[in-house]
Amino acid sequence: MKIVVCVSHVPDTATKIKISADEKNIDSAGVSYVINPYDEFAIEEALKTKEKIGGEVYVVTIGNEAAKESLRKALAMGADEAIHLKYDGYLDSLNVAKNLAEEIKSLNSQLVFMGKQSIDFDNCVVPQMTAELLDYNSISVCVSFSLDGNKVTCEREIEGGKEVVESQLPIIVGAQKGLNEPRYASLKGIMAAKKKTIQEKNCTFTNNSVELIKIKKPASKNPGRILGTDVSVVPELVRLLREEAKAI
Amino acid sequence: MNKFKGVDYFNADSLLTEDEIMVRESVREFVDAEIIPIIELNYREGKFPFELVPKMAEIGLFGSTLPQKYGCAAMNNVAYGLVTQELERGDSGIRSFVSVQSALVMYPIYAFGSEEQKDFWLPKLAKGEKIGCFGLTEPDFGSNPSGMITKAEKIDGGYLLNGAKMWITNGTIADVAVVWAKFNGVVNGFLVEKDFKGFSAPETKGKHSLRASVTSELIFDNVFVPESNILPKTSGLKSALMCLNQARYGIAWGVVGSMMACYDSALNYAKSRKQFSKPIAAYQLTQDKLVFMVTEITKAQLLNIQLGRLKDQNKVKFTQVSLAKRNNCQKALEIARVAREILGANGILDEYPVMRHSANLESVKTYEGTHEMHTLILGEDITGFAAFD
Repeated sequence: MKIVVCVSHVPDTATKIKISADEKNIDSAGVSYVINPYDEFAIEEALKTKEKIGGEVYVVTIGNEAAKESLRKALAMGADEAIHLKYDGYLDSLNVAKNLAEEIKSLNSQLVFMGKQSIDFDNCVVPQMTAELLDYNSISVCVSFSLDGNKVTCEREIEGGKEVVESQLPIIVGAQKGLNEPRYASLKGIMAAKKKTIQEKNCTFTNNSVELIKIKKPASKNPGRILGTDVSVVPELVRLLREEAKAI
Repeated sequence: MNKFKGVDYFNADSLLTEDEIMVRESVREFVDAEIIPIIELNYREGKFPFELVPKMAEIGLFGSTLPQKYGCAAMNNVAYGLVTQELERGDSGIRSFVSVQSALVMYPIYAFGSEEQKDFWLPKLAKGEKIGCFGLTEPDFGSNPSGMITKAEKIDGGYLLNGAKMWITNGTIADVAVVWAKFNGVVNGFLVEKDFKGFSAPETKGKHSLRASVTSELIFDNVFVPESNILPKTSGLKSALMCLNQARYGIAWGVVGSMMACYDSALNYAKSRKQFSKPIAAYQLTQDKLVFMVTEITKAQLLNIQLGRLKDQNKVKFTQVSLAKRNNCQKALEIARVAREILGANGILDEYPVMRHSANLESVKTYEGTHEMHTLILGEDITGFAAFD
């Protein structure tokens, strides 16, 4: 069975973001990029599933040349094949889903893992959209996954608890933190990945229905203010909380 | 705490290949997640974190330059150097464990062992199922190993080993010891297994340095070593020194990890610690210290990459390894001490890594050829005069 994992190449969470001059992107100079952390759970789950039932793991990404780095890492972790859908620019979620759906269809894969969201644009819709386009089932925000024949059982995180859901192949599973503990790329894996080739293709769908107009940073927080250090300032503090901050 | 991003003032990364960088990043991630959170407590308690062994094996840290048929990664020497660098950013004791297993146990078995010895030991050592140690130094013979007293006598079916070794990393926890002993006056290598009768390996207590690493004495009291356990392809003391050269190479890289850990800690501290009206990083005396650190780190990095490239081309001279080991250990120790000064009183606490690195580096400067011996080796090489017997 072909198991597909879709990954996104995103700025490291520790990065301090600067916005580019045209306000449509971030300034990538000095920014280190990583595999989207939720996609790492997806890779791990795909590898674990392959270890149980056999098959090959295909890792797919959409992005510019630099996105290959994430594919290399996935190969080093143990993925068998990598496909790079090349596009240098902004694609809206629907286009991402359309391009992925087409690739999944051509691979004829029944089991697809991806992160529940990518931490750059945070739309949280690509797993569900892709499933809809393919007429596959989908379960997202999964913290456990098991496969028994065609039957898929997942635990999903919901507000204040978990729910257990069942479905069946073909399916797209959206990975949440807690699903597993992603493995490190082993040194042997890194050496083996060197010999694997990355298949390159161009993206078919690039006409966005959602246009990116502008990226803005959140308003910077005002610095704190010290009113005093003893109880005499309490009335003033209450007044400010009520009138200025409107917090009480 | 901020994620460690590396120190690369001269864009030395551009001298590395994509896979060498991937190796470094993977080990860096491993060190951040598995070693740094637990190391201070282990150090305080004087305990080697044994639970790391299967994890280190899984990512392939043991014998990583050896062929894949033994379960190893067959990496080049630059990638191996980057591995030791990242490990030592965690702790010199953990790096020592990996150096001994790789350069002093797996390497001699690979280079001087029989096919049977290689097939039996290397996969188990790579998987961390077996742990090894290396016995050359003796209580009275450190810099002059040729004077060793430990000797082997031929008896029916094998050899009888008598003597003692000292300052042996991993000794007490080892399943197999690569032991160097004189047989008919010539130094030979033997594989002594932990349950051989008459062999004991008590731990050396009371260390102020390398506290997260096991150091031991090895005692051989009429130990019978079967014929199948002599390393057949050694040629005297030279073979033992070849192992040390492997280990020294790893140390030259490793201590750059300590340097980076101390620099990173000192830089972050200096930027946030305010005295009088401004952060101490804004004072000239502190800047002088930080600039010294980043300069020495940069020099050591460039030295190591060239050393590794020469080694990968089989063109490296052992004197070049000596130069790098000598320089980098000395500078690492100086950097650790200067970092402690920047951290002031906080520098002595194990909330920060600098005092641990500083104490570790006292050992690292001395083991695998003391600073002084490397000076004499280089002195002889450039003048033609040996200043020792």
